[in-house]
Amino acid sequence: MIENLSRRNFLSRGGAAVSAVWLSAHWTAIVAAAEHAHQAAKSSTPPKFQFFTSEQAVEIDAITARIIPSDETPGAREAGVLYFIDRALTTFAVNDQETYREGLPGLQLRVRELFPNIEKFSAATPEQQDQVLHTFDDTANYGRGFRLNATAQPFFETVRVHTIVGFLIDPDSGGNRDGVGWKVIGRDRQHTFQPPFGHYDKDYAGWQPNPPDAEKAKA
Amino acid sequence: MRPDLPKYKTSDEVDFVIVGSGAAGGIMAKELSANGFRVVVLEQGPYLTESDFVHDEVKVLREDLLTNKPKLQPTSFRKTPNEKAKPQRALVYGRLVGGTSVHFTANFWRFHEIDFVERSKVGPVPGADLRDWPITYADLEPYYTKVEWEIGVSGQAGASPFDPPRSKPYPMPPLPVKSSGVIFERAARKLGWHPFPAPMAILSQPRPGRSACVNCGFCLAFGCEVGAKSSSLATAIRMAEKTGRCEIRPNSYVHRIEMDDNGRVTGAVYFDEKRNTHLQKAKAVVVCANGAETPRLLLLSANKQFPNGLANSSGIVGKYLMLNSGGVTTAVFEHPLNDYKGFAVSRILHDFYELDPQKVGFYGGGGIDARYDLTPIGFAMGALPPGTPRWGKVFKDTLASNFNRTMELF
Repeated sequence: MIENLSRRNFLSRGGAAVSAVWLSAHWTAIVAAAEHAHQAAKSSTPPKFQFFTSEQAVEIDAITARIIPSDETPGAREAGVLYFIDRALTTFAVNDQETYREGLPGLQLRVRELFPNIEKFSAATPEQQDQVLHTFDDTANYGRGFRLNATAQPFFETVRVHTIVGFLIDPDSGGNRDGVGWKVIGRDRQHTFQPPFGHYDKDYAGWQPNPPDAEKAKA
Repeated sequence: MRPDLPKYKTSDEVDFVIVGSGAAGGIMAKELSANGFRVVVLEQGPYLTESDFVHDEVKVLREDLLTNKPKLQPTSFRKTPNEKAKPQRALVYGRLVGGTSVHFTANFWRFHEIDFVERSKVGPVPGADLRDWPITYADLEPYYTKVEWEIGVSGQAGASPFDPPRSKPYPMPPLPVKSSGVIFERAARKLGWHPFPAPMAILSQPRPGRSACVNCGFCLAFGCEVGAKSSSLATAIRMAEKTGRCEIRPNSYVHRIEMDDNGRVTGAVYFDEKRNTHLQKAKAVVVCANGAETPRLLLLSANKQFPNGLANSSGIVGKYLMLNSGGVTTAVFEHPLNDYKGFAVSRILHDFYELDPQKVGFYGGGGIDARYDLTPIGFAMGALPPGTPRWGKVFKDTLASNFNRTMELF
């Protein structure tokens, strides 16, 4: 069992879900970015990027593909995350432009430090890429909160969060292309449901009254 | 079809202006208009209806479709009086006709007897100003019953041995049990506790104009698209409108209560959508604007006669605000629970509702319930087991295997 007592800011407990803190200010633009990603991913001609140069796009794409890799199941690429981020950087995440602009060269520098024969991130093997990304990551705070990981390098952390949002955003809003992100996590897109809902309520025998010993239980 | 609704002129002195249309304002509107009074409800948010309550988790949560908007109404926060307050989202509340009752969890247990007399029972609490209520549970019991039957609450009377006495059972049976509820019930019984079917303000059986719950799962923090959640919007507001004496006026943000030289209120001043200011004249003003905005409005309405704000002879208006707080525990099970289906809570227990502060070292107590509120992005950001990588294959695999198998205790 996981104790997560502090993960919710008590002040923001109005019923809004946990990730609202980060996203609340920007939602209109997130939808726009998601729709853009959706269109871009559907289109057969390569889309025009709003923010990235095509060289940058290749690198960012490679990073997102390590954050949520494509394997037996779809990953960030299949969900059109690159296009989601590209639109995000001209809309709700416009303040992160600098982070991307300055962060990417820093990442490339790290690639060459670790692997002198490799020119850029996208040219490295997946294993090498992971090695590079790990140097920007901070594992000390894993699983500890809902906020951005303040001790991780801002560039990597920003791409990480953007990738997750682009992958898991509500598909009806245009992102998370074809709902692949929800398929991966096993979330049905059906609109209404009937019990039994899951494994444990399948064979529920029905409500049985509590034994009448409440007074004893009252401490 | 909504009935023909009255439109009162602002210069028309109505019997009551009600500020806010949520859990309190809705009931006031219904009771007053049903008893023959002419009522205007001023609600700062829009008048949305079922068709507006989309299944778009991010639009609802991030764009604040149903809640107060930090950009429109920035708030700041500080922990001590000496600190400089910093801009921060300090409050989340429903900002629409129906108020927070539109998006609430719908947990609907009654207060227990202790809640009304806690000060007498446990004594003073250092650093706080604990008081008994001026009324007791017994005074309120008939009204609890009235509300449960009028708005529609699902539950099982007598299922919790800690429940206060009630004059009538719930009007309809509990909602179906969820996998999280079954696990909760089994585990609690093993520990000798007393789980019970959660009393929920959600219909388990249809009512005229309202569907029974369809288990869509977009419940906590969302508006109900089939009218199954017994919000003020789906219940009291509609009843008030049916009287033909109640006008619900949305997009009307009250910022001052006006008073004459005799110290009697004359009406409420509000901004409309276009930021024009109006005074709605009224014989009386009822302030139902939630725990934060109500004291704020009373303080904003200070005048020469009442320089410390209205209804503030005690000097404590705006102090001792206590917010909804609690802890959350997450657990992962072997098989899928699919807790995203259904509604938020199916089982709850009150074994720790009334505790002895001498024994436990703190005051108060509360319920524990199995509750779903982890939408996919939030889940990915923070509900994975400690030590889980936050990106890469293991992250993705854990996300894929845990989303359906996770449950939360509140």
